[in-house]
Amino acid sequence: MLKILRNLSVYKWTVAAVFVLIFLQSMADLFLPTLMADIIDNGVVVGDIPYILKVGSIMLIVTAFGAFAAVGASYFSSKVAMGLGRDLRRKVFHHVEAFSLQEFNKFGTASLITRTTNDITQIQHLVMMGLRMTLSAPLMLAGGIILAVAKDPKLTMVILFAMPVLIVFLVIIFMKGMPLFHKVQKKVDRLNLVLRENLTGVRVIRSFNREKEEQARLETANRELTDISIKVNKLLAFGMPLMMLIMNLTVVGVIWFGGFRIDGGHMQIGDLMAFIQYVMLIMFALLMASMMFVMIPRAAVSAKRIHEVLSMELSVMDEGTEKADKKRGTVEFENVTFRYPGAEEPVLSGISLSVGPGETTAIIGGTGTGKSTLVNLILRFYDVTEGTIRFNGVDIRTAPTEEIRRKIGYVPQKAVIFSGTVAENIRFGNENATDEEVQHAAKIAQAHDFISKMKDGYDTLIEQGGMNLSGGQKQRLSIARALVRKPDVYIFDDSFSALDFKTDAKLRAALKEETQDKAVIIVAQRVSTVVDADQIIVLEQGRIVGKGTHQELLETNEVYREIVKSQMAEEVSAS
Amino acid sequence: MRDEQQENRRELSHSSARGHRPFHHSGRRFRGGPGGHGAHLIAGEKPKDFKGTLKRLLRYLRPRKVQLIITFFAAVFSTVFSIIGPKVMGMAITEIFEGIYESYRGLPGGGVDFSAVGQILIWLAGLYIFSSIFSFVQQFVMAGVAQKTVYDLREDVNKKLEKLPLKYFDSHAHGDTLSRVTNDIDLIGTTLQQSITQFITAFVTITGIVIMMLVISPVLTLIAILTLPVSMYVIRPILKRSQKYFADQQRTLGKLNGHIEEMYTGHKVVKAFGHEKKAIAEFNEVNEELYEAGRKAQFISGIIMPVMVFIGNLGYVLIAVAGGIFVTKRMITIGDIQAFITYTKQFSHPVSQTANIANIIQATIAAAERVFELLDEEEEVKESKGATLERAKGAVSFRHVDFGYGDGLLIKDMNIEVEPGQTVAIVGPTGAGKTTLINLLMRFYELKGGAIFIDGVDTRQIPRSELRRNFGMVLQDTWLFNGTIRENIAYGKKDATDEEIYRAARLACADHFIRTLPDGYDTVLNEDASNISQGQKQLLTIARAILADPPMMILDEATSSVDTRTEAAIQKGMARLMKGRTSFVIAHRLSTIIDADLILVMNDGAIIEQGTHRELLDKNGFYAELYYSQFTGKNVG
Repeated sequence: MLKILRNLSVYKWTVAAVFVLIFLQSMADLFLPTLMADIIDNGVVVGDIPYILKVGSIMLIVTAFGAFAAVGASYFSSKVAMGLGRDLRRKVFHHVEAFSLQEFNKFGTASLITRTTNDITQIQHLVMMGLRMTLSAPLMLAGGIILAVAKDPKLTMVILFAMPVLIVFLVIIFMKGMPLFHKVQKKVDRLNLVLRENLTGVRVIRSFNREKEEQARLETANRELTDISIKVNKLLAFGMPLMMLIMNLTVVGVIWFGGFRIDGGHMQIGDLMAFIQYVMLIMFALLMASMMFVMIPRAAVSAKRIHEVLSMELSVMDEGTEKADKKRGTVEFENVTFRYPGAEEPVLSGISLSVGPGETTAIIGGTGTGKSTLVNLILRFYDVTEGTIRFNGVDIRTAPTEEIRRKIGYVPQKAVIFSGTVAENIRFGNENATDEEVQHAAKIAQAHDFISKMKDGYDTLIEQGGMNLSGGQKQRLSIARALVRKPDVYIFDDSFSALDFKTDAKLRAALKEETQDKAVIIVAQRVSTVVDADQIIVLEQGRIVGKGTHQELLETNEVYREIVKSQMAEEVSAS
Repeated sequence: MRDEQQENRRELSHSSARGHRPFHHSGRRFRGGPGGHGAHLIAGEKPKDFKGTLKRLLRYLRPRKVQLIITFFAAVFSTVFSIIGPKVMGMAITEIFEGIYESYRGLPGGGVDFSAVGQILIWLAGLYIFSSIFSFVQQFVMAGVAQKTVYDLREDVNKKLEKLPLKYFDSHAHGDTLSRVTNDIDLIGTTLQQSITQFITAFVTITGIVIMMLVISPVLTLIAILTLPVSMYVIRPILKRSQKYFADQQRTLGKLNGHIEEMYTGHKVVKAFGHEKKAIAEFNEVNEELYEAGRKAQFISGIIMPVMVFIGNLGYVLIAVAGGIFVTKRMITIGDIQAFITYTKQFSHPVSQTANIANIIQATIAAAERVFELLDEEEEVKESKGATLERAKGAVSFRHVDFGYGDGLLIKDMNIEVEPGQTVAIVGPTGAGKTTLINLLMRFYELKGGAIFIDGVDTRQIPRSELRRNFGMVLQDTWLFNGTIRENIAYGKKDATDEEIYRAARLACADHFIRTLPDGYDTVLNEDASNISQGQKQLLTIARAILADPPMMILDEATSSVDTRTEAAIQKGMARLMKGRTSFVIAHRLSTIIDADLILVMNDGAIIEQGTHRELLDKNGFYAELYYSQFTGKNVG
């Protein structure tokens, strides 16, 4: 928490200004009862109307002064709180953008999103409240006590007696309330979870006729939340009236003992009235401070989560300056081994292969065999543990990563589409692409037809997450995006899975034309996708167990034959 | 695929639904406390039908009429007692003052009459104690009322979910539905808990204070009341502007969160295409925008309090001056001045509260409206119980079936006959096709024309639960819930014995992997079931279907991101499952297709051809083209 709040140091002068202004405002607030006492003792009791008017105008000036200080404090405190939020968000976002896949996957997408949004808002809110309300509490408390002592030290004893009582009650309520608050949060999460399961699994639930049981689960989650909420609210129902009672009884005490003090000639009637005001100010200050304590635990959790992101060390990769254009359209793996940091077993070991221009290389094998990892290494999402990868004839560690990636047309397994127009999404691959180039890419990707049928064609807006597109459509757009880049090497990471056989076949035929002098690497599950590749690489447990054309592998490779057998029936080979 | 994306979208929209409204939450949390008023505003959401929704919401309070009446009176008593407080306190002070004044003038019998003061103070203490007790009673009772009302509302929604047709779930983002059940109902609860009693208290306080003030001094009251229109006049433009800024803030926050979501979701693509800089630039721009909007909104809302306080103090000074003059002229007692001042201080608080309450109530009614909207969604067509279907043999026939999701028809006059135990292969693009078939067979959607018969019985004559009991589903998009593996498998059969569960798992080739898990069958699947692989999940759904043992099956052969060994296991499991059952298979393997008794060729969700492999090849249509483009010319082996 403190580590996060350290980010406030940029605003130290603004925070100081808030301090000063809040101090001035508090002083003005505290000064009023004193002036009031003055009016009564020296004006009202004596009947001196000019004096009343004089002090009255001073009071007005003081209150105006206080209001200005408060407005100023609000100005600066909103600047600080919102500024801190902005800075934190920027810091986190920048940091996350620099994350490699490895760091990114440690948190997961959903978690990173909440950390960048909700958690920071939590902190921002805490600072806002802290600056605006809680800062004045200790000032009011100290100021109130000092002034009370100045007026009458003996009568202050009443306050000093009441305060611990109030604090003890506050502490008790917090001790009881805190675990309850946590429980409420847990029950809310539980209800959410069950509800979500019910929404996503509606078909399964209904097909198994489990509606009644699910109703019961929901009911239980609902009832548990209700019960615990009632408990919390009942506790709070106990708290507030009690606080008010303590405060009011303190005032009663002040009047009683104050009466004796006045009777003994130790203080004046106006002082007593000022005293009552002080009691209220002090007690309110305490209540205000207690508000802060409700927020702190929640914000502390958020702060910790933000800090986790910020303290995640980046696996900095040395980048070279060489230009990657020696042998265009080639990728070579030389005895490459890769293991995730801390992992016992390497994901890939002893991988050697080479891909040339105009060649299609397919990589096949089950999950966990390292296909996607192999591709990720070319994109330098990770660095190899041993061996060398040469891209366009250049060791990828000696060229800028940006340069390498610029020359790769990558189509991920899961099509990611951004909000914006269709054309913008395709141009994501190449900002400078002309309209013709965009359309050309779409045509090859078999996307032109469905785009043309859309309401505004290429200018059709795509919703966030591509909600208004089918899986196959998204995949085709994602392919067009890679095509428009005109790269030297294409990487298709199992990118045809959402396409039907026919579109798949058409697309691959069109691709062949387009990629004549490029290297194409296809990661695939379906044998039909790889049959006409120039080179098929069979991976098993991180090693290459076969290399060759479909025909060659069928004859010589047991693993490959098994894969084929599991997917295609013998009847076909017979016919 | 589509479902999976919806899933993601739901995930995101859920997190953003929470993210977009943080100020609502935190604002509400502190509304109850002293000083926590005025500064928090709920951006104006206007309900469409205020009166109707309010009436309907009040209906939920009806069963708790007695408690509400208790709350009302407790609130009134508590407020009345606390209002009388300052007046009595003033009496004590006057008593002291008079005593001092007399001795000051040297009158005999001067000095404070402590027995009189004591008496008054005991009265005062009593008043405060009663006020606190009533306040406690009011909040205590209200806690039950509010939470139980919220419980009822949620329970109604839960019950409603059961009755909604699949159409609802398919056409509404899960995040939206979730947000209605959580955020909106939550807001209603908080309003009931806090704002209603606040409203009562504020109302009683204002009238009570005005009466007490009038009793003390009509002239002073006039001065005090005069500050009211002044403060209204000053505050209103500030309030308006503040609402605008808050709306701005909310909007930019939504924009920023959207950007963050997109960039994080597409992290890999952003990196691969070297878009980090652009992403950051856009982020910085929106972030800056948010800072400006947020700063303004917070500043403006921070102004309201000091301005109110200033106007309050202005009244305070005026009253002190005027009161001072009155006291010297013996028109008013010193204690009454003290009381009056306390009243003016208490006055501004409920006034600013009521100003805010209007906004809160509006937002609450808008929230209630969204909940009622959900409750008013059209329900599934009532089922008839004309026929029973204990255990079907598995003869399925479609006769003149017309179907479409919207106005158009996807399926027109479709006729198929499937004998018990036969296999129907569905071929064509993935997506809408398979879902449509499931929707029709299981009667998740209603037909537009024609009828589907099972064992010769029109499915509309059979209760839905009985119909569905006769079907099993194994889909690529698995659904497992947060519970143990044992519970998940047993989901298909309510009182399955352990032995039955193990047997089903063995048949589904899942037993082995389950036993390699640390807790075996008692391993708890976490919230998104990410502690087992996709393929393993599929095996579990197969085991679940085997245990349920339905006479008819709907299967999806697609096995993406599954390793070869698991894939072989899945296929073995599926083969066992299909044996002796009428099966509808979303086919991906050629052997399944060629062996099928009937092939349905689907495209864009419509069934465009049907027949056996031979028949379809002879027809030389879509299927033939698909078949030749795909499987021939590449002689396998």
